[in-house]
Amino acid sequence: MPWTKVYGNKAEFEKHLAGEPGLRGLTYREALLEAASQMLASDPSVFVIGEGVDDSGGVFGTTKGLHQRFGKDRVMDSPLAENAVTGIAVGAAVAGMRPILVHMRVDFMPLTMDQIINHAAKWRYMFGGKLNVPLVIRSIVGRGWGSAAQHSQNLQALFAHIPGLKVVMPSTPFDAKGLLKASVYDGNPVIFIEHRWLYEHMGHVPEESYTVPIGKGIVRRPGKDATVVGISHMVYESMKAAEELMGEGIDCEVIDLRTIRPMDTGLIIESVKKTGRLVVADTGWKDCGPGSEIITRVVEEAFGFLKAPARRVNLPDVPTPASPALEKAYYPGAADIVSAVKKTLGK
Amino acid sequence: MRKELLKYGMQTLTKNILDRMYASMLRIRMFEEKIVELYPEQEMKCPVHLCIGQEAIAAGVCLNLKKDDYVFSNHRGHGHCLAKGSPMRPLFAEFYGKATGCSKGKGGSMHLVDAERGILGTSAIVGGGIPMGVGASLASMLKNEERVTAIFFGDGAYDEGAFYESFNFASLKKLPVVFVCENNFYATNSHQSARQPGCRISDTAAAFDAHGVCVDGNDVIAVYKAARDSVSRAARGGGPSLIEAKTYRWKGHVGPEADFDKGSRPKEELDYWVERCPVKAFRAFLLEKNVTTPKEMDEVASAIKAEIDDAVSFARASPYPEAKELLEDLYI
Repeated sequence: MPWTKVYGNKAEFEKHLAGEPGLRGLTYREALLEAASQMLASDPSVFVIGEGVDDSGGVFGTTKGLHQRFGKDRVMDSPLAENAVTGIAVGAAVAGMRPILVHMRVDFMPLTMDQIINHAAKWRYMFGGKLNVPLVIRSIVGRGWGSAAQHSQNLQALFAHIPGLKVVMPSTPFDAKGLLKASVYDGNPVIFIEHRWLYEHMGHVPEESYTVPIGKGIVRRPGKDATVVGISHMVYESMKAAEELMGEGIDCEVIDLRTIRPMDTGLIIESVKKTGRLVVADTGWKDCGPGSEIITRVVEEAFGFLKAPARRVNLPDVPTPASPALEKAYYPGAADIVSAVKKTLGK
Repeated sequence: MRKELLKYGMQTLTKNILDRMYASMLRIRMFEEKIVELYPEQEMKCPVHLCIGQEAIAAGVCLNLKKDDYVFSNHRGHGHCLAKGSPMRPLFAEFYGKATGCSKGKGGSMHLVDAERGILGTSAIVGGGIPMGVGASLASMLKNEERVTAIFFGDGAYDEGAFYESFNFASLKKLPVVFVCENNFYATNSHQSARQPGCRISDTAAAFDAHGVCVDGNDVIAVYKAARDSVSRAARGGGPSLIEAKTYRWKGHVGPEADFDKGSRPKEELDYWVERCPVKAFRAFLLEKNVTTPKEMDEVASAIKAEIDDAVSFARASPYPEAKELLEDLYI
């Protein structure tokens, strides 16, 4: 299916699109904008709230113009009060709304932890299932241009630790649109993390409204020699690595995890049973991260199928530095994945 | 009696409403005293935060609310639920950890819920319920509902950033919400003067371009009047109000015992406030003004006693949750 394909860059996609005149292309940012727009149009319980959601930039273009179409009550700017505004969104959700709350940077979310961990995540269980929190919190990972330690963190592991939350990280425009709708209608609090470097990526995005299921990964590239699980932006690096490795006769299977919690363990285990080798490429730090969790699950359920120790590709264990020279050394890419896969093959 | 009520500007208060104030306060008092009586049996295996001494605030505020108005409460929340009309059975059953509890035994005394009566859950993180209450009132505004939200919190929550962030938002959006600060002067054992330089909580409202009022929280008519003004202001689009109601908790922060003998607070302070018992004072007022007869009062007390006995028997006889319940209710 064309929409499950990952395109490394715009030129590659446009070349493909020329051969498929029936399909439409959108960028990741346009896909998110269209998803929000369609839900605002069809459901009065949906509203968007967050710092600057109605400004001219519109959260990197993902909410641009929505306030003009739907009014400032439904696309609501907020004071710089991340914790309370998160709690306000939780309360509105409990009272029957479906808020899409935007925290422009993941780095602002540590300010909201009381409302997310103590309230949103607990509100269903703690009251015996009598209430629920249909809330989506969109947040964005920055990278590069000296964004440094407080504007480029990848904190998915923090949220994935908490029972009661779901954590989604789509990598393609098709999934961005479909997972945003699935998250809004999931009925549970969903942390929806976007990587800024994905916004310009293009892919097939149908105009009609649709959902992509939460909790399901997808095989982006079938292969037989090693399984590479990529998360968010690292899916693209994994695809690049797979192409390069193919040149050396190594055939990788690339899985796009898409949802961190609940995790599609079955898909990964099926793949590892076939390949016997596993590399996880995540956008965040290594310790206690999704890679740790994935490898543990494989060890618990398919240890006998592993032909070599599993490997992780992550950020080094320090905050993000600002200098371009240090940034270059900080961020792993396709070359690191190539090297990790080769290690699993004893090369 | 009309003359007495003039000082509140409430000379039109009827016997019916005055009797309901008394009944509501007494119901809370007797409920809490039953917990004091039964708690040493150690069959209620959860922390309890009692509101004995503070009943006038819950009663005075909630008598101004409709059934579908929202209430957000805190760890010391029994009185708020009772005043909002919650039946006793699911509350006692929750304290006993039973499957018939309002939260199916998963919440305990600090996490009460009664969605049917607008109690959309109770947070035991100090100040944590305040943003959620504002969010519920935002939902009412967005849905064009004629619904007011009352948020109860203590003077400890006034220390929290969540209060200021939330109050600012509520005033900015002119939300139909009433902030009720039950100022009992203590956050656990820490006195207000050790935590706040000004001790003028209600004055804060002015800085947020909203209405603030400080009342005697042991005077149920004064609380009722402040709440009536605030609820009607909220309902007509006038935005939030901050009611500071000064009161005193007779028991320790948690548990059924007083805490002066542990050195937490001076005994004279407790004695001063026990003299100003909100239930006793209002009872004397009603009798003196011939509003209510002792016989009527006895009937009210008997009915409450019967309700309590029934609820306790129900809670004791109810089953515990089954083990399979452990993993249920996490996600919808």
